[in-house]
Amino acid sequence: MKLTIEDLDKISDKLKKTMLLREGDGIGSGIFHLMLCAGTGCISNKSSRVKEALDREIKKHGLEEKIHVVITGCNGFCAVGPVMTVLPDGIFYENLTEADIPFLVEEHFINKRPVKKFMHRQNSLGDGIPYLKDINFFANQTLIVLRNRGLIDPEKIDEYIARDGYKAFAKALTKMKSEEIINEIKKSSLRGRGGAGFPTGLKWESCRNSPGDVKYIICNADEGDPGAYMDRSIIELDPHAVLEGMLIGAIAIGAKEGYVYIRTEYPLARERLSTAIEQAREYGLIGENIFNTGFSFDISIKQGAGAFVCGEETSLIASIEGRYPEPRMRPPFPVQKGVWGMPTCINNVETWATVPKIINYGAEWFYKIGSEKSKGTKIFSLVGKITNTGLIEVPMGITLKEIIYDIGGGIPDNKKFKAVQTGGPSGGCIPSELINLPVDYERLAEAGAIMGSGGMIVMDEDTCMVDVAKYFIEFTADESCGKCTSCRDGASALLGILEKITRGEGEESDLEFMEELSHAIKDASMCGLGQTLPNPVLSTLHYFKDEYKEHINKKCPAKVCKALIKYHILESKCTGCTLCAIKCPVKAISGDKKQLHKIDQNTCIKCGMCKEVCKFKAVSVD
Amino acid sequence: MIKFIINDRELEVENGKTILEAAFASGIKIPTLCYNKELSPYGACRLCLVEIAGGGRIGLHAACLYKVTEGLIVKTDTERVKKARKIVIELLLAGNPDSEKIKLIAEEYGVNKTRINLGTRTDCILCGLCVRVCAEVVGMSAISFAGRGTRKKVQTPFDKISDTCIGCGACAYICPTKAIKIEQV
Ligand SMILES: Cc1cc2nc3c(=O)[nH]c(=O)nc-3n(C[C@H](O)[C@H](O)[C@H](O)COP(=O)(O)O)c2cc1C
Ligand code: SF4
Repeated sequence: MKLTIEDLDKISDKLKKTMLLREGDGIGSGIFHLMLCAGTGCISNKSSRVKEALDREIKKHGLEEKIHVVITGCNGFCAVGPVMTVLPDGIFYENLTEADIPFLVEEHFINKRPVKKFMHRQNSLGDGIPYLKDINFFANQTLIVLRNRGLIDPEKIDEYIARDGYKAFAKALTKMKSEEIINEIKKSSLRGRGGAGFPTGLKWESCRNSPGDVKYIICNADEGDPGAYMDRSIIELDPHAVLEGMLIGAIAIGAKEGYVYIRTEYPLARERLSTAIEQAREYGLIGENIFNTGFSFDISIKQGAGAFVCGEETSLIASIEGRYPEPRMRPPFPVQKGVWGMPTCINNVETWATVPKIINYGAEWFYKIGSEKSKGTKIFSLVGKITNTGLIEVPMGITLKEIIYDIGGGIPDNKKFKAVQTGGPSGGCIPSELINLPVDYERLAEAGAIMGSGGMIVMDEDTCMVDVAKYFIEFTADESCGKCTSCRDGASALLGILEKITRGEGEESDLEFMEELSHAIKDASMCGLGQTLPNPVLSTLHYFKDEYKEHINKKCPAKVCKALIKYHILESKCTGCTLCAIKCPVKAISGDKKQLHKIDQNTCIKCGMCKEVCKFKAVSVD
Repeated sequence: MIKFIINDRELEVENGKTILEAAFASGIKIPTLCYNKELSPYGACRLCLVEIAGGGRIGLHAACLYKVTEGLIVKTDTERVKKARKIVIELLLAGNPDSEKIKLIAEEYGVNKTRINLGTRTDCILCGLCVRVCAEVVGMSAISFAGRGTRKKVQTPFDKISDTCIGCGACAYICPTKAIKIEQV
């Protein structure tokens, strides 16, 4: 059924009560919505089993009329999944299993006693915290792009509409000229969230002004950074927000066709997106003559080949056209010459999903959020040595300290914070001294890192920075498209030196040469991959040169580099329990029961298993 | 016609020309390896780097690909160009120490040794001249690139003896490092 603009309001009205309830209105009404996370993280922790158990128990108690289980996209607190929020009260449960459900349903809904043991604790001694809003991880976030997180079922277009969905599109289509839309985006100072932070309004304007009748827009959902899953989650939890952003962009730019380029490794996101496209098409929000205005726009999904370089815009275009995905030189930029040689505007998933909010609530509202030159919010995937692993949305300009300690809950196991890596393989490592650094495009760049697409890897004292640099160069050496001598062989050359250093065979002169090589790679390579790949090396060389020097002196202070460490069993502590000898995968440990054990250094592969299993702290590394 | 400045000289070229074409036409030397005037430019070897100092996208770019625009300011021999080019030559030398052509370029630009050890070496420098000559001149496209990073190579489909190949030898002829050998089958 094709909708009219008035129908949007009718759908909202019909769902008004439901949405109010989910927003917290109606506590005590006896009606509950159990918002169960079905993001990729929670699904892999068996949230679908939890769903089945909930349905079973609710039926058993005859509560089907009162309790509704709603499947939502990623809640963000992936470390403790599967998670569920009971609305309208806002009680948050974590680490649920199928077996927990009978007890939980009976206690919470029959006996009216929320269950402490499934609640979140700030630390191991703390009490369970009943409400989601009181949990630090959530309390310190600002949800704009993720404003529908945990509130709607991403597979139901009506629920999106009931949360102001497609209103911005209707407004842009009927009340704004394309120049006005572009001006609004320019005024908001929105910058691309895909990495480089290019001003979105300017990009739209140049695409609009590019000569040509046929224009395309593309949503870049390739997301190739290791450990990053912001874009996947946005699509999984609110696919219509991305489509609505693209629709608004299409009006502004004058495009009739759009593509979402999504990596093959994201089956759930792809499915949700194609469901969303079908629903939008059925409602006449995508397709010919939308809302009878004469405006037509269609969106199709293109599957990526799963290579990091396919996220680079010119290579992405080649891939869409079915060519070998190799970047080409810019200029011409895609806004001048993109897909099939036509002007093409490429933006990142998060950029597109931000657009409807700016049109709905105004550029001025958006402009007030964030720091001086970086406006709005940014989504980060907070991973690594951090207590609260997960996906967060925060205002630009928030400090690293607030992210790592207030939201992330600090470093586990009382370890010391050492550095945080931002921006993925093109980014850099920021040392603990700069913990008060505000996170925005400018300040991160000044510190030798980049915002990138939002990967944030926290590292503790047990992380070796040379090893970190090596990890990223291994990645880029493998992911380089192989075209430029400087990138392909340059990355191999860097990797070779880093390997040499981690083997303890490095020389002082290697450090200087790595810098020279790094700058040449940046300068000589054609695309962003080569131009940024040395950043992990340059930033660790800058902040952690002493650690490199220690390696040259054949020591790895973090005790990570295998060639530079040895495992020993301490006579004073070994009880001869034999556990280490049993667990050692290469049988390098000998010793009789209740006798001191010994590690044969020639056989030992330095996997650290003995240290991990020893209950008496009798294994030391040096 | 388009006016632009290269090494402080004003030049006039036809619309659509690249910096490299304009430079060659007026006798300015820029080293190349993956360029051949009969084929479409590819920009892989990175030897023809020049610095755009104004009027375009500032920074180093491959002259074989960058099209001249009105008011462009190009410099072919700045310190920045020299530094990047030196490393590119060292990388090429490290991968291919016996190539006469690379040795010649190295000598000409004063690079007498390489500080780089790539561990492995292959004669092929992935310049793509063979792929382009086969597609654009011979019209067969019997060979193409496969893989990426250091595993990238030029091959026939599935690395099998190709029915498309007519055995003309154009690829072996154009290869700057003599990496392609012709065999009887
Ligand atoms: C090697 C490489 C990988 C990239 N990968 C992505 C990606 O996965 N997603 C993305 O949105 N942008 C990626 N980009 C940036 C895109 O080229 C492009 O700038 C971006 O999609 C533009 O969108 P924005 O202006 O909204 O940020 C990548 C760039 C490079 C050089
Ligand atoms: S810089 Fe690297 S990834 Fe980019 S075109 Fe050159 S070789 Fe390919």
